[in-house]
Amino acid sequence: MYQQKDFVLSVEGLTVSFDGFKAVNNVSFYIEEQEIRVIIGPNGAGKTTILDLICGKTKSTEGSIKFKGKELTKLREHEIVHAGVGRKFQNPSIYEDLTVFENLELSYPKGKKVWGALTFTRDQAVIDKVNEIAEMIFLKEMLQSKASLLSHGQKQWLEIGMLLIQDPELLMLDEPVAGMSVSERKQTAALLQKITQDRSVLVIEHDMHFVEEIADRVTVMHQGQVLSEGSMDHVQSDPKVIEVYLGH
Amino acid sequence: MLQSKFKSLTPRNDVLSFVVLAVLLLVLLPLLFDIFRLNLIGKYLTFAFVAIGLVLSWGLGGILSLGQGIFFGIGGYAMAMFLKLEASTPENTAIQSTPGIPDFMDWNQLTALPWFWEPFHSFGFTLVAIIVLPAIFAYIIGAAMFKRRVGGVYFAIITQAIAAILTILIIGQQGYTGGVNGITDLRTLLGWDIRTDSAKYILYFVNAILLLAVLVAAQYIRKSKLGRLLVAMRDSEDRVRFSGYDVDNYKIFIFCIAGIFSSIGGAMFTLQVGFMSPSLIGIVPSIEMVIFAAVGGNLSIFGAVYGALIVNWAKTILSESYPEVWLFAMGALFIAVVLAFPKGLAGLYETYLQPKVDKLLDKKLKKDKAE
Ligand SMILES: Nc1ncnc2c1ncn2[C@@H]1O[C@H](COP(=O)(O)OP(=O)(O)OP(=O)(O)O)[C@@H](O)[C@H]1O
Ligand SMILES: [Mg+2]
Repeated sequence: MYQQKDFVLSVEGLTVSFDGFKAVNNVSFYIEEQEIRVIIGPNGAGKTTILDLICGKTKSTEGSIKFKGKELTKLREHEIVHAGVGRKFQNPSIYEDLTVFENLELSYPKGKKVWGALTFTRDQAVIDKVNEIAEMIFLKEMLQSKASLLSHGQKQWLEIGMLLIQDPELLMLDEPVAGMSVSERKQTAALLQKITQDRSVLVIEHDMHFVEEIADRVTVMHQGQVLSEGSMDHVQSDPKVIEVYLGH
Repeated sequence: MLQSKFKSLTPRNDVLSFVVLAVLLLVLLPLLFDIFRLNLIGKYLTFAFVAIGLVLSWGLGGILSLGQGIFFGIGGYAMAMFLKLEASTPENTAIQSTPGIPDFMDWNQLTALPWFWEPFHSFGFTLVAIIVLPAIFAYIIGAAMFKRRVGGVYFAIITQAIAAILTILIIGQQGYTGGVNGITDLRTLLGWDIRTDSAKYILYFVNAILLLAVLVAAQYIRKSKLGRLLVAMRDSEDRVRFSGYDVDNYKIFIFCIAGIFSSIGGAMFTLQVGFMSPSLIGIVPSIEMVIFAAVGGNLSIFGAVYGALIVNWAKTILSESYPEVWLFAMGALFIAVVLAFPKGLAGLYETYLQPKVDKLLDKKLKKDKAE
């Protein structure tokens, strides 16, 4: 029955090898519409590499990644973005020399070609959208500040906002609450609950409290492979998972 | 809305910088200096075209080319070829064994004009070539490098190598290119003698106006979304790429623009100085051009012009009295700028002078409003 559903993302037999070292080894998983999936696993398990493979940053050695039935492994990075996949990096990647407004504006889905960028005008629709997103990510007051002046947590939000303005159907977040204070973490969890209503989300996270709060399903990775998958309760009681987390 | 767009293109400080520079170039310098000096200044300003291109590609976009001499040379040689053909009428070259071809070809036992020289009989073709050739060349280099994700230091080194190869090629193919001496003894442009003082005055002004036009174009690019994208790419290229932009195309575009600007500068060099040679396109001149931009401030298109003027001025003075010192002085200058004033002259202006200017302007505005 579970297999009958429409998957937004189907990853099958995904493998990548860096000079013989298989950072991701025959990984398969499926994400449903509006699902929040969290990938957990020890350092070096291959979590970030999976996101790299999905968004085209790294080319797979084997396997397939289907997004809404479309094969992503053959597309170029920006084509994958246009297909509807957005990705946040592990270290907040924002444009430090630009203002918060400009950071968000550059992600607005208009004027993405050279000529379009040259003739782009900041019309009311853009301004409204940027304001709307800024409100959501708690940065309304900072719109005109340089992004370099933001705190670490605010930078994380800004990058999430840059993805939201793109309005992707699949949102991938690599450790979105890393380095955040407890209150910032709470705000982020609320933000994620809100933004996931009309999209699927794939999150990598170490913070177990945070994972419990947001995850529909959890995939545990270890040494490039899927170790366990299911609800939070299920994976927490899985002896293989316990061994990996407690055995070391 | 058009008005608001125009406003966003012309912040007060940039307008002020533009007006000051225009007055300096079009009024003050011509009043202050005789035609000999003014012609020299015109020559310095041809390097400003290159420096402005570098501000866009390097300062804004983080793409450092150490081979901008290539494009300076393309424009310079295109213009020189046209002028040389005009100077090589059968009457002027009657004493050659093959009259009607440039003198250096005759010395090298060529008996017919090479095919690639033919189109340069046409002034129209030459003007188009000055714009289109550097764009094509930059496109090829850019596409080959950026699509393969070659960037940073590797890109700088490869552009440098191309400049070196081009120089060697030109020097080696003496019969086709004039060799190490370059293309010299240029006389008239469509029958108008460019060696006279009055012609030099006119060319100075043509050059200055072209430079101002290039500044306007550069300002447009800088203030467009594309300008902000370049800055974004410099900060975090992957973020731009994974925001749905084909980053490579933007790099190619700005590299082409920088090439076109340089080529215009090269053509104006040939017209004002009366020759073009490999000494202007190789490794050393290409690095000098980067230094002009660095001294002016690699983020400021106006700074680039002052950088080109001041460094060339210093070069002329220094190399008149101590020619062997110049290269060292320039190296020292570059290190000093990078270490002590990374934002160059423009940075100094912004920290020390601009606040005062702002205050003055604000005061004036308030007064105007009160009245
Ligand atoms: N481009 C690459 N070339 C070679 N090895 C790589 C490359 N990218 C990742 N690796 C290796 O693959 C393994 C998995 O890395 P990855 O970054 O995916 O781990 P992770 O699960 O995200 O860890 P963390 O929790 O520390 O972020 C690591 O051993 C890493 O060194
Ligand atoms: Mg990681």
